Order: sequence, then structure tokens, then C-alpha cells
Amino acid sequence: MLRIRNLEVGYGKLKVLKRISLHVAPGEIITIIGANGAGKTTLLHTIAGLLRASGGEVVLRDQNLREYPARKIVGLGVSLVPEGRQVFATMTVMENLQMGAYLPMRRDKNRVREQLAWIIELFPVLHERAGQLAGTLSGGEQQMLAMGRALMAQPALIMMDEPSTGLAPLIVKNIFKVIVKMREAGNTVLLVEQNAKAALHIADRGYVMETGHILAQGAAADLLANQDVQRAYLGRDVDAQT
Amino acid sequence: MGFARYIPIAFLVAGLVLVQQVTQHTGTTFYLTQLTMAAYYALVITGLCLLMGYAGQISLGHAGFFAIGGYIPAALTTYNLEPLREKWLVQTLDAAGLLTAGQDLYGQQVLHVHPWPSCILALLLTAGLAFVIGMPVLKLKGHYLAMATLGFGTIVYRVFLAMPLFGEADGISAVPPFPLLPGVTVSGDFAARTENYYIAFGLLIVGLLFLINLVHSRIGRAFRAIHGSEEAANAMGINTPRLKLQAFVISAVFAALAGVFLTHYNGGIGPSEASVMKSIRYVAIVAVGGMASLWGVFFMGILLNFMSLRGMFGTYDDAVFGVILILIMLFAPNGLLRLHLWQRMRRWRGVDKPKSRTE
Repeated sequence: MLRIRNLEVGYGKLKVLKRISLHVAPGEIITIIGANGAGKTTLLHTIAGLLRASGGEVVLRDQNLREYPARKIVGLGVSLVPEGRQVFATMTVMENLQMGAYLPMRRDKNRVREQLAWIIELFPVLHERAGQLAGTLSGGEQQMLAMGRALMAQPALIMMDEPSTGLAPLIVKNIFKVIVKMREAGNTVLLVEQNAKAALHIADRGYVMETGHILAQGAAADLLANQDVQRAYLGRDVDAQT
Repeated sequence: MGFARYIPIAFLVAGLVLVQQVTQHTGTTFYLTQLTMAAYYALVITGLCLLMGYAGQISLGHAGFFAIGGYIPAALTTYNLEPLREKWLVQTLDAAGLLTAGQDLYGQQVLHVHPWPSCILALLLTAGLAFVIGMPVLKLKGHYLAMATLGFGTIVYRVFLAMPLFGEADGISAVPPFPLLPGVTVSGDFAARTENYYIAFGLLIVGLLFLINLVHSRIGRAFRAIHGSEEAANAMGINTPRLKLQAFVISAVFAALAGVFLTHYNGGIGPSEASVMKSIRYVAIVAVGGMASLWGVFFMGILLNFMSLRGMFGTYDDAVFGVILILIMLFAPNGLLRLHLWQRMRRWRGVDKPKSRTE
């Protein structure tokens, strides 16, 4: 579905992504793990069109996304749940969800209504809080709202940037459960996480990024078992055990 | 839900009729004159409310758009085309029925452009100008946008002050009434005072209804999303540059429309209408009204303009609005009506314990 080949992105002279290649198949949960500053967020922003690449290609179902501005890419079926959630604080929960359907609303209102019903089923709390200002929600609720808002665009691919940031462990568990449910409903998910263990547990495949390169890739289970990955990202002292 | 937001309009209409009846029975209909003028200024201000409060873009140039709306019909409806009668352009306009012939005070034959075509021209020109100015200027943000629009306002002011066609420092006087429809005329005649009071508020209510509908539509939500975060709005698929431009053009046309009507009502316009102090006044009133509150801005627009026009601020007129702007920015950036004074008073008296925000 999504194929990235030799992608290069930089801020001025500084190269942040150096010839990154990866692919996402329909119905997969793919996770990208790595330390701070590895370029994970840059990668998502480039796919979403918020940043311009200097080389390589980003292809979604035969469309070269590099040619489009961010607002067109949403229409092509890629939604981003941004880091830090970025809900529209002065608008109500329902208005935030309606914002997510800004483009589909023009095409098919009934389809939007069905999508809304499904999202409320995924996140019942959003229904309870429908009339409340998004700025007054708890962090976990805001994260659910940001996910719901992204889903309202009926994306083929939904990208999530650090959904666990600043949330209580129990809430994180809930969020990850919902991600699995989303996949069961046929969504494709690209998940960027620092919480590598949790991410690899629900993912099908994973990529490990470091300083703009892809260091390792493979099935999530293999990565979980990989000693280098364990040492670097899962905080397990492998050397002490042997 | 949809119907409830029109209920205040019914109260407003009742209130307007009440005010008119009271002034009539107490022999104080002179108040209606300032209320009429205040209504036109409030039209500028509610339009600016869409741009500032909802789309989150500032303009310190709206007095410029108001002045363009006022000066163009003022010049066209007072410029004598009689000596140019032989020219083909004048003849074409005359043949199209866009001109009116008459006599001036001294019995001379005069030929002017009719107020309707000059009004439409003024609105189209303003929309076009707002489009051309807005395209580059709205790429700027915050202070830079304020400065760029301030520059535009200053240029407009200087142009009107310098051009003989627009009467230089004297402005243009003896602007004829505007026959809107048969029997409905915008004019400053004493006899037409009550009629004009209703025309002005009628126009204002139509404008307000348009804005209320717009703000609650899909486009209105997009405006507010841009206000919240332009990047996030972009990521929703919103064409932010186009929408900002739309809000700018709509608010400029509101200002120009008010300019056209008020000029015909006053029978003239002077360069002070284009001055930067006027723009600052509009911004200050939008701020007092609560930025993103059409009703708050509407009422403050009527109240403060009425007080100013009645001369209640004396020689400190402009200073008052400067001070208001400073105080609002310091103490009530969400507007006076959002201070929740009532709740605070209860809290001071110990009736309510302050509740923590997160539960």
C-alpha cells in the first residue's frame, strides 16, 4: 500500500533521513521504534506532506505523495495523529470529529455518519463528552479524540506519532487495544513509538531507526527476540543474563 | 439545536421596536440618529469579528475598506458628468440607465452616476482589492500581519487625503440619498429618521444572520480550526490559504457595505473615516466583545459606538479606545462578557467554592 524508497529529508544542510526505505501492506500494523532524534517524526511528517523531501519516493497506491501538499494527501487517504495530540482546544469534541471529516463531508454525508457511529463505538467516552470543549479533556481522552478525528477522514493508512506520550500505563493499554481493533476493522496502521515493547507486541512487523537510518527490520516477534534490540530499546540487560 | 441560535434575533427585533417606540413617545427621536450610525459601524465590526475571532487573523486596515466603500459612491454620485455628455463612455452608461440627471442648487443641469451601480462597483472593487492585498499579506502571521494591514490602511488614508477627486482634507459632501427600493431610501432627512433606523438595523441583522450561519457551517468550523492551529487544520485537509482569504474578503465587503450606507446616510465622508485610529477602534471593540462571540461583538459595537457618537468620551474619544484595547489585552483577553463576573461575585461572597478544573 505504502512504499518508501531511498527517502532523504533534511533541514537545510542537516540530513535527518538518509536513504530510508520501507513498505506497508494493507491491513498491517507496522511500528517504527527508535530513540529520540532518530527521525521518526520527520518520517511521518514527510509522508503527510508537512515536510518536503529532497530525494527518494513516497508512493501510496501508485500515487507519488511527494507531489502533493498536506491538505491533498489527507484526501488521498493518509491521516496523521500528531504527537501531543493537537486537538482543537476551543472547539467541542463533536466539532473536532466533524473537522476530521472536512473532506469526506462534501462527498457523502451518510458515509460520514456511519463512520462517526463506528468511532463512537470504538471510543464510547467521546459520545459522553460530545458537547465538551476539547481543551478540557484528560490526556487520554484527547488522545482518543485525536485518533477519532483522524479516522473520520476514512483513511486507508493511519499514522500515529507517539500515542502513549504522557499517558498513564492503564490508558496506554486501552489505546493499544483500540489500535488492534482498528486493524481488525481493516485499517492499516503506521505506529511510531518510544514504548518499543508495547508497540512490538501489537505490531505485525517493525523497523528500528537510529540517526536517520533503518538499522533493523523484520517480524515484530523476531525484533522482540533480537538481542541488539533488547539491549538498546527494551531496557533488558542481556549481557548480565548470559 | 439549529433553531435555538435564531431566538436572540427575535428578542433583538423586539428590543429595537421598543427603543424606537420609547424615543417616539418621549420626544427623543434624535437618539435614533446615533443608533443608526452605530448600527453601520457595528456592521464593520461584526465582519471583522469573523476575521479576527473565528479565522484568527488580525487586520488594522479595515477603516481603509470602509473608506473605499464610502468614497467611491460619494465621488461617483457627486461628480458632474454633464460636461462629458458627448463622450461615448458617458453615453453608454446613460443608455444603460446607470445615470441620473437633475439640477443643482443654482439650477444647473447635472448628471451623476446612480447610487445603485456605484454601490455595486464599490463592493466589487473592495472585494477585488481585499483579494489582491490578502493573497500576499495573509501569508504573514501575528505582528507581521498587523503591520502589513496597518500599512495598507495608511496608504488608503493618504490617497484619499491627497487626491482632489476625493476632496482632499475636506472629504466629499452633498452625497445624495440612496433609493434602495421604491419607498425605501437611505438618507439623513429628519422625516426619514425612523425609516433609516430600521434600514440600518435590518441590514445589520441580515449581516448577522449570514455570519451566524457561516460560523456554524463546515466552513465556519474550518475557520475556527485555523485559529486553533494552522498546521493541524492543514492536516485535516483544509485549504488554509484560501479560507483565510475568504474570511478577509468577506469582512472587507462588510466594511465597504457599511461605508456605502453610512456615507449616503450622513450625506458625506471625510478622510478621518480612513484613519488608522478608526481601524484600531474596530479592533478594540472586537476584543471587548470577546473576539469569537458574534453577539458580544455585536452589542459592544452598538454600545461603544453609540456612546462615542453621543460625545460621551469628549476629547478623549480616540484615547478611550486605545485604553480599552490595552486593558482588555491585560485583564480579559477573552472579552468582557467572558469574565463570568456573576460567578466571581458569588465566589467572593463565599456562595460558591471555586471548583478545580479537572475532576
